Amino acid sequence: MNVVIIKYNAGNIQSVLFALERIGIQATVTDDADLIKNADKVIFPGVGEASTAMKYLKDRKLDELILSLTQPVLGICLGMQLLCKHSEENNTDCIGIFENVKVRKFNPAETHVKVPQIGWNTVYDLKSVLFSNITENSYCYFVHGYYAEASTDTIATTEYIKRYSSALQKNNFYGVQFHPEKSAVVGEQLLKNFLAL
Amino acid sequence: MLTKRIIPCLDIKDGRTVKGTNFVQLRDAGDPVELALRYCEEGADELVFLDITATTENRKTLAKLVREIATHINIPFTVGGGINTIDDVSILLENGADKISINTSAVKRPALIDELAKNFGSQCVVVAIDARLIHHQWMVVTHGGRNSTMLFTRDWAKEVTARGAGEILLTSMEHDGTKGGFAIELTKEIANSVSVPVIASGGAGNMEHFADVFKKANADAALAASIFHFKEIAIPDLKKYLADNKIPVRL
Repeated sequence: MNVVIIKYNAGNIQSVLFALERIGIQATVTDDADLIKNADKVIFPGVGEASTAMKYLKDRKLDELILSLTQPVLGICLGMQLLCKHSEENNTDCIGIFENVKVRKFNPAETHVKVPQIGWNTVYDLKSVLFSNITENSYCYFVHGYYAEASTDTIATTEYIKRYSSALQKNNFYGVQFHPEKSAVVGEQLLKNFLAL
Repeated sequence: MLTKRIIPCLDIKDGRTVKGTNFVQLRDAGDPVELALRYCEEGADELVFLDITATTENRKTLAKLVREIATHINIPFTVGGGINTIDDVSILLENGADKISINTSAVKRPALIDELAKNFGSQCVVVAIDARLIHHQWMVVTHGGRNSTMLFTRDWAKEVTARGAGEILLTSMEHDGTKGGFAIELTKEIANSVSVPVIASGGAGNMEHFADVFKKANADAALAASIFHFKEIAIPDLKKYLADNKIPVRL
């Protein structure tokens, strides 16, 4: 299987590569349009800041390329947020696959909890084959200060300060807020499910 | 619900895991990758690797070890020890580390925190703070506790947070290695005065100590070394105990 990881100016690509290796997949990291278009599966990872990442993608027309993809695409963390309509992180217009979904900032003033959320939290109301063989309330590893609102595209929900979308899906596009590459066996199962789509 | 994290710490010297008391008297505790895998299987939530003899010639050995760890384990891990520059961090992140931890170098040049947060994001910048009671005040100490500073721990914790630290790893040098329990008052003061998660470290001796630091001190995570390495506490038993005591943990 030809799996491509989109190369751009956001971190944690190495962790995704290693996680895929552990389940026997050798992925290619590239920003080459033809390689991305012709891949069987595309992974759009990311740890970083939204406006810097969007600018980088736009400068290279990678935003239009991502929008045109027809094979299964998995956005991870910032990757998922960039697939939404807009992010409050530096007031950034994003790619807009999830056209009704806005990304908002956790407001720590509302409670005494810490921001960013760092650690293991549960996912529930699982609604997609992406979560096959993953039980309700499984633990996943999260690191984020911004969250995607609940919407009709929500396929998993998590609670931190409020209920939000820990996973989204629209057509061939999937997004997860948590890090499957760092979420132990649950994360490995999710990656396997994505590769089996 | 977000859970409290249990973090085994592996002190690394020449590619092996070691642990002493109050940072001296080293004892060999085994192969780091083997230990890391054991902790993953037992349900550790994260791992911390501290290169305690970080020197320039050791950097390549450490990078190789980080890569080895990253290829094998499926949970997040932090690497610390002797990090002074953006380049030091780049090498560790490129080899698969999720976060890096800085301590003495941040005290020496606080702008390093800003630079790392800007270049790599706050999520991967852990600032380790070692504290010691000096004239009844919790003061920041460096170089593994050998050198004192004029910094009050709470002020320094606030400053590192303002500069972009994503987490604080707080070690009480008064408690480290004693197995008499975590520094509850200090941890509580810091955890309640900063907006980022605080990892409590130093003094874990039994399961009750972990419950105390989560319940009484509001720590977000607790770190320990020797009690895990020498199997005095098994992680599954600890997590069951915490769950029984109504503390949210990943089971």
